[in-house]
Amino acid sequence: MSEDILSLLKENVIQGRKTGEDIGIDESLSGTPGVVDLVNSALKDNISPELIIKEALTSGMEVVGEKFSTREYFIPDMLASADAVGAAMDILKPLLEASNVETKGKFVIATVKGDIHDIGKNIVAILLKGAGYEVNDIGIDVPEEKIISVVRDDQPDYLGLSALLTTTMTEMDVVIKSLKESGLRDKVKVLIGGAAVSDEYAGEIGADAFCADAFQAIRALEEFEGA
Amino acid sequence: MPREGILIENPIERLSGEQVRQIHGASIDILNDPGLLCFNKKAAEVFQANGAEVSAISGSGTPCWGVKIPENLVAGALESAPKTVKLGARNPDNTLIMNGDEPRVFFITGSETNIWLDVDFSTYVSKTDPSKEVKVPEFKPRRGTVADLCDSAHVCEQLETVDGYIRTVNIQDKDITEDNKDVNKFFACLDNTTKHVMSGLTSLKQLDNVVRMAEIIAGGPDKLKENPLISFITCLVKSPLQFVDDTTETFMEVCKRGLPIVVSSSPQAGTSAPIKEAGIMAQINAEVLAGITLGQLVNRGTPVLYGSVPVRARMDTLGDSYGSVETSQYNIDCVQMARFYKLPNYSTSGVSDVKIPGQQSSIERLFSDIVVTMSGPQFLHCAYGLLDCNSVFCLLQAVLDDAHFKMIKFFLKSPRINEQEFNTVKKQIKEVVATPQKMFINYIRPVMRSGEISPPYPFEAEGEVDSVFALANERLQELRAKPVEHIDPETTARIFREVPGLLARLNVHKGDG
Amino acid sequence: MTAQIIDLVRENVIQGRVTRDDEGIEEGMVGQPGVTELIEEALDSGVNIADIITEGLTASMEAVGEKYENEEYYIPDMLASAEAVGVAMELLEPHLARNGIKPKGKILIATVKGDLHDIGKNIVSILLRGAGYIVKDIGHDAEPGDIVNAVREEKPDYLGLSALLTSTMVNMEEIIKALKENGLRDKVKVIIGGAPVTQEYAESIGADGYGADGFHAVAVVEALRSGKQPFS
Repeated sequence: MSEDILSLLKENVIQGRKTGEDIGIDESLSGTPGVVDLVNSALKDNISPELIIKEALTSGMEVVGEKFSTREYFIPDMLASADAVGAAMDILKPLLEASNVETKGKFVIATVKGDIHDIGKNIVAILLKGAGYEVNDIGIDVPEEKIISVVRDDQPDYLGLSALLTTTMTEMDVVIKSLKESGLRDKVKVLIGGAAVSDEYAGEIGADAFCADAFQAIRALEEFEGA
Repeated sequence: MPREGILIENPIERLSGEQVRQIHGASIDILNDPGLLCFNKKAAEVFQANGAEVSAISGSGTPCWGVKIPENLVAGALESAPKTVKLGARNPDNTLIMNGDEPRVFFITGSETNIWLDVDFSTYVSKTDPSKEVKVPEFKPRRGTVADLCDSAHVCEQLETVDGYIRTVNIQDKDITEDNKDVNKFFACLDNTTKHVMSGLTSLKQLDNVVRMAEIIAGGPDKLKENPLISFITCLVKSPLQFVDDTTETFMEVCKRGLPIVVSSSPQAGTSAPIKEAGIMAQINAEVLAGITLGQLVNRGTPVLYGSVPVRARMDTLGDSYGSVETSQYNIDCVQMARFYKLPNYSTSGVSDVKIPGQQSSIERLFSDIVVTMSGPQFLHCAYGLLDCNSVFCLLQAVLDDAHFKMIKFFLKSPRINEQEFNTVKKQIKEVVATPQKMFINYIRPVMRSGEISPPYPFEAEGEVDSVFALANERLQELRAKPVEHIDPETTARIFREVPGLLARLNVHKGDG
Repeated sequence: MTAQIIDLVRENVIQGRVTRDDEGIEEGMVGQPGVTELIEEALDSGVNIADIITEGLTASMEAVGEKYENEEYYIPDMLASAEAVGVAMELLEPHLARNGIKPKGKILIATVKGDLHDIGKNIVSILLRGAGYIVKDIGHDAEPGDIVNAVREEKPDYLGLSALLTSTMVNMEEIIKALKENGLRDKVKVIIGGAPVTQEYAESIGADGYGADGFHAVAVVEALRSGKQPFS
């Protein structure tokens, strides 16, 4: 019974069906409950959150990752799956804290002051959440003071900064300097991204990583964990 | 005599008259429901004062207002917006006159790229046959500088088919700051090309300095009004349907000064606009109409261009795909919408997704250049040299683009089919048929020199080799070596005196007193 | 007077003006005497024929050649000039022997049997005439028998064969065989050309030269004339 619901859950993750209204990829599950409903059912059946995450969410996302690398899936498909997993994690998160199982890490993400571009940031946020990170998206045009105060209060493991314009990317330097001055720099790993930014710039300002896209971000985070 | 561009006698039209009206109707609906989200207080006040339904939106930290724009405001704006826009130039022969109901196309460069691509030719030797050597172009990216911008403006001045210049380089020198970027950017362009110069404005604080510079060159504020040798482009709308605070402010200030400005919106189908054509068209049209309306409310009769940069998202990264076929479709649709409103239209073509010149680049840009040109936009931002969407600029690619634009322009000339021609050729046919050799070759000669025969592809090599890059590079060096028509020493000295923030190294007359 | 006429001949060759009705390159020349009228006048006035050829015709074709190299003249211009020289040579031909002038050579040219294509052949003829050769064009769809007869009667120095189709090109081999069988092969240099023809094919059938285009053909004939090996 638990196998059935877990495999159904995995299938819905693969099809990116957050709710019963989602069409999914091939419409074979149309009309049936989506990930949110199935997670709630699984919990009612006393299946542990850890099992749900391992057998349905993570393993489902692995299949999605493979389909993406063989070009069967494109980003919109990945986003739908990640979004579904994100919704599942919202339900499971409080229960995990209760059982002392840690999430992969806390990630604060922002588009820096002066810059309003956020499509890239939003995509990264969805994918990271789908990968099991706890993501706090503090928005666009975020002044350095706000970023510092969120880092101080939330104590995230990672800080992601995004900028599209070369005129605003200099703000990233300001943020990192400010973290140093506040004694927070070594408490958080800083990742930067966006069309204007590069590896060299990350090196120049002392960021921990430059990520050209969400996948590079996930890879960088895995390396940080392994380190 | 102003520049001629090329008149498209039978523009390509994808939409029927009915579909154009439907899009217009859908846009008007959208402007009312959901309407726009405005992050600029002044703009919200302007709309409110003119009868739009404006409501402050609380609770979201950054102040913003919901704006519902009624149809009568839009109609009024469409009436007062000038149907003819003049873009002036340092050399009056480079003036561009754009009429909203005349599909006369002018070809313009752009945009503000971060990466400049240098070209180097390396010789490679075959591993299996060391006697086989091949010269291969290698493209080296680096951050663009103000010297590069000067170089680009100078070369584009020499390219025959370029009618106007939008800055092609984001100048990232260490001594360029937010406070001096605009003056140096505009000066670099104005000093190295005598064609019309358009650019975005990085900092509103610099607008007065930039305008003063233009006035000095034109010969005074009145002269600048007569001969607007600079214009601006602003993305005041962030799709979907949001007026951005700082660019909206800039837009209104430029409109107040009556300088020509492009209302630009750049929705991306699939991410910031619906993936379906009806969706992105209704949305972008609504966004542009909203911008035009604001401009006319701020300064009735101020010249604006209907600017559209619609693009489809790529499915593998959700980045822009300028090379996708849909992007050309949307642009052609926008040309039709602008023509419906009788406003001059700014559309885009010729941008590649690929990062370097080569076969993919050639196909991507040639395809969109042909179809979008044939739809008849007045201001065709055909992106000479632009690669990797808006990130990379390569002068070698610009030289290559010029070659195919010659072909496109030639193709679009009207046919000489008339009574006089028939009389001439019937005589020729009778004469030739009577000779034993039956050849028409002799009649080629007068035609050959009157421009009636298209020139051969300029980068064709001899034999079974493709040396396009090498030959184009030779041409690029030739163009670079031509003398620059700088602004005269006296005017330059005055500019450097009165406009703060200019880099000393941009003054070529330094030492001329 | 002599110098004047020769100058005018040169000028009109460069302008490619065969008769007074020709436009030439510059404007306003229609109505002025062309090469035909000028040569006729020169002959009437007793101008030295060798001078006409050297300073009027050869010198002007050199100038035309230079303009072609500089991309100032294109093929149609060269053809017009060559045609003017050809017409001049035709008018001068009866007088050459009397004046001790030997023409550079005589060329018979034909498109082989089964093939109607002749623009290439016609262009080569004009260029060869322009280079000072006497050219007799047998025409297209020429029977091997007719070609052999023409070679026997006209005694040309060179025979040019043209074909556009791979199916008709094989007739070239047949013609060379026919010349051998009739004991004429060593009396004439055979040069072949046309789109499907190649150097390899020319060598394989024992031709003396291959011309890739009109200019190449002229170069090959000139090389053969001076005893150089055209297949080097």
